[in-house]
Amino acid sequence: MAVDKDTVVKIARLARLKVEAAQQEALVGELNGILAWIEQLKEVDTTGVEPMTSVVATRLPLRADLVTDGGKPEVVLANAPDATAGFFTVPKVVE
Amino acid sequence: MSTLTNLTLAEARDLLAKGKISAAELTEAHVVAVESIRDLNAFVVETPDQALAMAKASDARRARGEVGALEGLPIGIKDLFCTEGVQTTAGSHILEGFKSTYESTVTANLWKAGAVMLGKLNMDEFAMGSSNMTSHFGPVTNPWQRRGDNRPLVPGGSSGGSATAVAARAVLAATGTDTGGSIRQPASFTGIVGIKPTYGRCSRWGIVAFASSLDQAGPMTRSVRDAAMMLGAMAGHDPKDSTSMDMAVPDFEAALTGDIRGLKVGIPKEYRVDGMAGEIEALWQQGIDWLKAAGAEIREISLPHTKYALPTYYIVAPAEASSNLARYDGVRFGLRVKGKTLDEMYEATRGAGFGAEVQRRILIGTYVLSAGYYDAYYNKARQVRQLILRDFTEAYKDVDVILTPTAPSAAFAVGEKMDDPVGMYLNDIFTVPVNLAGLPGLSVPAGLSAEGLPLGLQLIGRAFDEATLLKVGQVLETAADFKALPQRLAS
Repeated sequence: MAVDKDTVVKIARLARLKVEAAQQEALVGELNGILAWIEQLKEVDTTGVEPMTSVVATRLPLRADLVTDGGKPEVVLANAPDATAGFFTVPKVVE
Repeated sequence: MSTLTNLTLAEARDLLAKGKISAAELTEAHVVAVESIRDLNAFVVETPDQALAMAKASDARRARGEVGALEGLPIGIKDLFCTEGVQTTAGSHILEGFKSTYESTVTANLWKAGAVMLGKLNMDEFAMGSSNMTSHFGPVTNPWQRRGDNRPLVPGGSSGGSATAVAARAVLAATGTDTGGSIRQPASFTGIVGIKPTYGRCSRWGIVAFASSLDQAGPMTRSVRDAAMMLGAMAGHDPKDSTSMDMAVPDFEAALTGDIRGLKVGIPKEYRVDGMAGEIEALWQQGIDWLKAAGAEIREISLPHTKYALPTYYIVAPAEASSNLARYDGVRFGLRVKGKTLDEMYEATRGAGFGAEVQRRILIGTYVLSAGYYDAYYNKARQVRQLILRDFTEAYKDVDVILTPTAPSAAFAVGEKMDDPVGMYLNDIFTVPVNLAGLPGLSVPAGLSAEGLPLGLQLIGRAFDEATLLKVGQVLETAADFKALPQRLAS
């Protein structure tokens, strides 16, 4: 399952990652190298094997559905690159 | 190197307890030590003022009779742990300037035990790397050099800053994190001790996430006893991490009895990989002989899926990383690069903020999770991961611990192995299976290579049996009597 330049452009788009045209070609080679190497997993017979969901056999704990923290918008916004009037801001998304 | 900076954690603890030194004196000596190795680039941020204030507070607590397990002991923190009010970058441009507004559970536990923070330690970007070359803040230099060759060597990675700072005697100990070998491989490359505990032993809350099903925090120290002391302070159940186990933390130091008579040690035949360096094989045999001499029984075991661990890892880890790193979008924290639309802003921010290795792994992860490939890659890897765990479970029916080399080579030079991502990944061939199976792994310095560089041996334990692991580790440490020092030491 080799990737080509179009695939690299497509997955970069899915990952919201700007990849310059000059890098795309290099990435085709690098990703194919890695993918060719992981292809060897095909040799392993995994018939009837459940995919692992948790490495330690455990039940996820439940907790009461209660508010335990909050009421500090200034702390939440402290690292925002562009916060205005108590909100995170983004470029305009609706006309 | 001052006498105060060459102490182990346990020695410093005892001097403090006897009143021979104060935490303030000990910390002042380390602040000077940290400054003296700036050229090795081990720190991203130094926090001398905070360190001295914490040390004074520790001395005051001691005067009142309040003495924690790490009372007054100055350590370094890998820059993957959120530390309140102090920059936390994960080695990435995308988090440059980010000051966490909360404290990670592991560091909070360390401060509660009385430890003092000297600063934040450099690392591979988002813990992705085995050489510390992928840090946005530049590579870290290993304090060790090859005999007759002064080319700078890498300290390993991703906890490279931690390894260098501990080995060069700038900190008494440091935290690391280990997703595929990031504590154990740099420990081996710099001649120190490092333990990755069982998955679930330490809380992951407040540690910048890389691959959530594999990440664990652990100590990097200059003795096995120190690792036992520090792990005890770091570990414990945390309701804020649903994967942290609700079980008691044993007294790891009390487990160091030195008595391993009758203990069964497994030697996995699949770890004798083709082309293994002769000196690595010889060191491994030496380790076997040491344990046998101490009364352990040696058994050959088989872990048949070993060769599939690395390719499995390079599906699972990037898949989880691509999901975890989705949060860096230029909106709530970190770097923002302007764009005309929301998508353009996301893409420009992430394109500029992530380095080449991180981008490569995000792309691989996105690909193996994308429609049409999810079953062929991601589910297949999760199935093979199950088989890798099953191999260990079978083996532990017959043995108590497993002995292997930590890494296939000694530290390499800056620039070596850099052109081939897969070649770099092979560094973790002996450590990655341990993360995939969630087991504890310990690296102990055991000897020197022909070029005079440290080499480590790895012990792998049963889940949540760090106590046995540390006990056997101390027996290896005593037998190896590793006293060599790096060429470069803090002053």
